[in-house]
Amino acid sequence: PSAGVKGITVEPLEYYRRFLKENCRPDGRELGEFRTTTVNIGSISTADGSALVKLGNTTVICGVKAEFATPSTDAPAKGYIVPNVDLPPLCSSRFRTGPPGEEAQVTSQFIADVIENSQIIKKEDLCISPGKLAWVLYCDLICLDYDGNILDACTFALLAALKNVQLPEVTINEETALAEVNLKKKSYLNIRTNPVATSFAVFDDTLLIVDPTGEEEHLATGTLTVVMNEHGKLCCLHKPGGSGLTGAKLQDCMSRAVTRQKEVKKLMDEVIKSMNQK
Amino acid sequence: MEVVMRADAKVRVESGTESSPRGPGCSLRHFACEQNLLSRPDGSASFLQGDTSVLAGVYGPAEVKVSKEIFNKATLEVILRPKIGLPGVAEKSQERLIRNTCEAVVLGALHPRTSITVVLQVVSDAGSLLACCLNAACMALVDAGVPMRALFCGVTCALDSDGNLLLDPTAKQEKKARAVLTFALDSVEQKLLMSTTKGLYSDAELQQCLAAAQAASQHIFRFYRESLQRRYSKS
Repeated sequence: PSAGVKGITVEPLEYYRRFLKENCRPDGRELGEFRTTTVNIGSISTADGSALVKLGNTTVICGVKAEFATPSTDAPAKGYIVPNVDLPPLCSSRFRTGPPGEEAQVTSQFIADVIENSQIIKKEDLCISPGKLAWVLYCDLICLDYDGNILDACTFALLAALKNVQLPEVTINEETALAEVNLKKKSYLNIRTNPVATSFAVFDDTLLIVDPTGEEEHLATGTLTVVMNEHGKLCCLHKPGGSGLTGAKLQDCMSRAVTRQKEVKKLMDEVIKSMNQK
Repeated sequence: MEVVMRADAKVRVESGTESSPRGPGCSLRHFACEQNLLSRPDGSASFLQGDTSVLAGVYGPAEVKVSKEIFNKATLEVILRPKIGLPGVAEKSQERLIRNTCEAVVLGALHPRTSITVVLQVVSDAGSLLACCLNAACMALVDAGVPMRALFCGVTCALDSDGNLLLDPTAKQEKKARAVLTFALDSVEQKLLMSTTKGLYSDAELQQCLAAAQAASQHIFRFYRESLQRRYSKS
């Protein structure tokens, strides 16, 4: 049995329940097991920072471009981080060309909330000259293959790409009042925390499975995403409706999220170490 | 001329004897609800929480476009219009939260290949907006006679920098808070239907807020019951 079985099952839910009874899933995973996660950093040379994340079949690429902007008058010492998630028709047959659909908008809002809540980068660090010049980081996330659990993949891709971003040194020339960019002197961003998202799907109002595939998301009665950082603090508990959960079930999810956070952080550190060694 | 039934139910919930683990400052604001105030939608409700006010209208079960129809249940749609400006990405995100919450309680299987549309208009925003939208949506669905498995309500909790819990915060309290958590709970077992949070908080604080929200939801459900009893006892 292959992991990406395509074909029309007559009774998909019944087929699925048979696996769940044995505490496993059609692709051979256990209920609490994640798919193979791979990350590739720095693949886009034209971007200031980039990362490609694969969670099983789900593939998301994130590119970060830094540009200049004037800070707003009510926050003169703050820069901007602008995330945008794009779900093109390439990744799945359910998306059409045209303006971003609901799924893309909801995911963009989720990523914006994660950035805001986790304080992954302090906006004050992006300011070059208060009131006059600041950096704006455009983070574009594009899904290349949609097989469920897009939120986890996007959060991971964003984190990895931001860790890869190198900004040149900028000084304001006092005589001409123009900005001078020194491309030879680049420094990494100050990433303060490592938020990691863990998504669950709820089945038949009782069973919780981790890292749902596209099929599983479709059959699930609810979803839940927990974003946790390394200090055990939650930046986001995203449960958009679906079956009800008790406090005890939530607690189980938290413990799984903590383990996942450690796994992802380890993977990320390994990749960055291997990048720096080159 | 049709006589339009109006039901005004105002319940004042005071502080002090609130069933919340922390001391004073844990009460819900004054809330009020009015049903059947609009003539065109099948059901409508206006929910007030302190100074926050949301107007909801429900159309359905009605005809659905072939592209959107689901063969075995009703298609639920939620439209949220902010008070000023055009709806943006944030509104889309909130619409999805409200829609998924409604989908969990509405018995869509009784009305296959139909559409149920919930339209929410923000009249004034003074904090706890999403919770107010959820309450208004629930009351409007009841007013429209849409079959539901349970009622649901929205409760907002704010955690300030000292770790104090504040229920139903005002806009000012929300801004100063370290974290703001909004929950939707069902009326049968107070299970968590929907949750969305802002800010950083710990696992233990989450459980605390959830417990406080579950206690507060009892008040809201009691208010729903009294409000509906008052309305139907008049006829």
